[in-house]
Amino acid sequence: MGYPANYRYTKEHEWVDAKDGMATIGITDYAQSELGDVVFVELPEVGKKLETGKSFGTVESVKAVSEIYAPASGEVLEANPELRNKPETINSDPHGAAWLVKIKLTNPAELNSLMDSTAYEAYIAAKGKEASA
Amino acid sequence: MVNFGGWDMPVEYPANGGLIAEHKAVRNGVGVFDVSHMGDIRIRSGKTAGGALAAVQHLSMNDAAKLAIGQAHYSAMLYPTGTFVDDVIVHRMGEDDFLLVINAGTREKDISWVRENTRDFDCVVEDLSDAYTQLAIQGPRAVDVLKKLTDANPDAIKNYWFTQGTVCGLANRLIARTGYTGEDGFEVYVPGDVATSEGVWNAVLEAGQQFDILPCGLGARNTLRLEAKMALYGHEVSESINVWEAGLDRYCKMEKRDFIGRAALAKASASGLQRELVGLQMIERGIARDEYKVFDAAGEEVGVVTSGSPSPTLGANIALAYVPPALAGLGTNLFVEVRTQRVKAQVVPTPFYKRIKKSPQQAAVSN
Repeated sequence: MGYPANYRYTKEHEWVDAKDGMATIGITDYAQSELGDVVFVELPEVGKKLETGKSFGTVESVKAVSEIYAPASGEVLEANPELRNKPETINSDPHGAAWLVKIKLTNPAELNSLMDSTAYEAYIAAKGKEASA
Repeated sequence: MVNFGGWDMPVEYPANGGLIAEHKAVRNGVGVFDVSHMGDIRIRSGKTAGGALAAVQHLSMNDAAKLAIGQAHYSAMLYPTGTFVDDVIVHRMGEDDFLLVINAGTREKDISWVRENTRDFDCVVEDLSDAYTQLAIQGPRAVDVLKKLTDANPDAIKNYWFTQGTVCGLANRLIARTGYTGEDGFEVYVPGDVATSEGVWNAVLEAGQQFDILPCGLGARNTLRLEAKMALYGHEVSESINVWEAGLDRYCKMEKRDFIGRAALAKASASGLQRELVGLQMIERGIARDEYKVFDAAGEEVGVVTSGSPSPTLGANIALAYVPPALAGLGTNLFVEVRTQRVKAQVVPTPFYKRIKKSPQQAAVSN
């Protein structure tokens, strides 16, 4: 699965798609493949303030719990209602239908410090090597 | 890959569908696990006939005198406190020859324990852990897969019995109708060198192809054994939990004259239980995990989850937990602390999953 060129990525494997001061946030294909079958998602309420680097929810597979960290500060406008009953969408369409939250960014410039798709792909390729070494 | 008792082991095999697919393959068809991490201790009599039996009887809480040659049972080695050194499967290979299959994480401790506590017995103790590759072929079609690989008759092996036969052209291999999944299945022991191990692993996968066999990892091994309420060392059984608390009474034969831990257990049964192992099903949304705290309806912390997971067979979130006996009754509402929330759960009957026995022959379960 490709990593969209217009997204930004974190070291904790979240992606951000930002436009006009709004951002959609999800977890990457790499993250879902590491987790395995996703069975549970816990997302914040609308109106909740997210703080950069702080956990704002969890994604759970059968085998593990994974925290989701805010790639940027902002206020939650929408949490994906589909994931409650269909958490497995995170496995099948992590960069699209399985977005987690939409937020209003406090400071859009924060996103400049995140990786672009080329840098992120190099980052996970290096992780893969580390794991098999 | 994860480190498990010093072994690099796959949690799942994602290329074949991953954990849930592996779990369902074992419940409905067949799966194969590489469980070579399990340790093996052989105890044989020295010059005196009966030396090995006497040693095993001293070390193990079940009654090995009841084992026929070719039969195995679940048991445990206990500390003098009645708590667990390890849980084991004891196989009677001969009149004076026993094989104890032990856990990987406790191997060094177990070997030392066995050596130290058998000094007064006329027996020879060997650590054969590195000699064997152990494969578990599990599921209702396991018997069909095995038939293609051996000259033995797997149908004739009763539950918790074993035989020796040719497996994949290797003579005299131990074939046991045992497992850790709550499903019918077999465990085969072949020489542990890489070439033989790979050859047998690949042969099992090939023979199982027509039954859609899947290679299965530690993740499915854990969810399968949890549904069947089989104990995991360090979780449901440990150095600080005794036999009565763990609910393993039926494998503990107090009528035997002597075994390590017996005196403490006699005392413990007179003074009553402080806590017991119960099955929980989550009523509200949330997944209980190992070590999560358990609270009662009044908000008092009353216990701890030893194993918790989504159950692929039930489609529910289940857990095993230690709670006080007063809160162990079926239907009791309890709360599991899942991160910041206390999520409602209920005490339910265990095992969570019990297979339907197919024939009277398979139903002849022995302890």
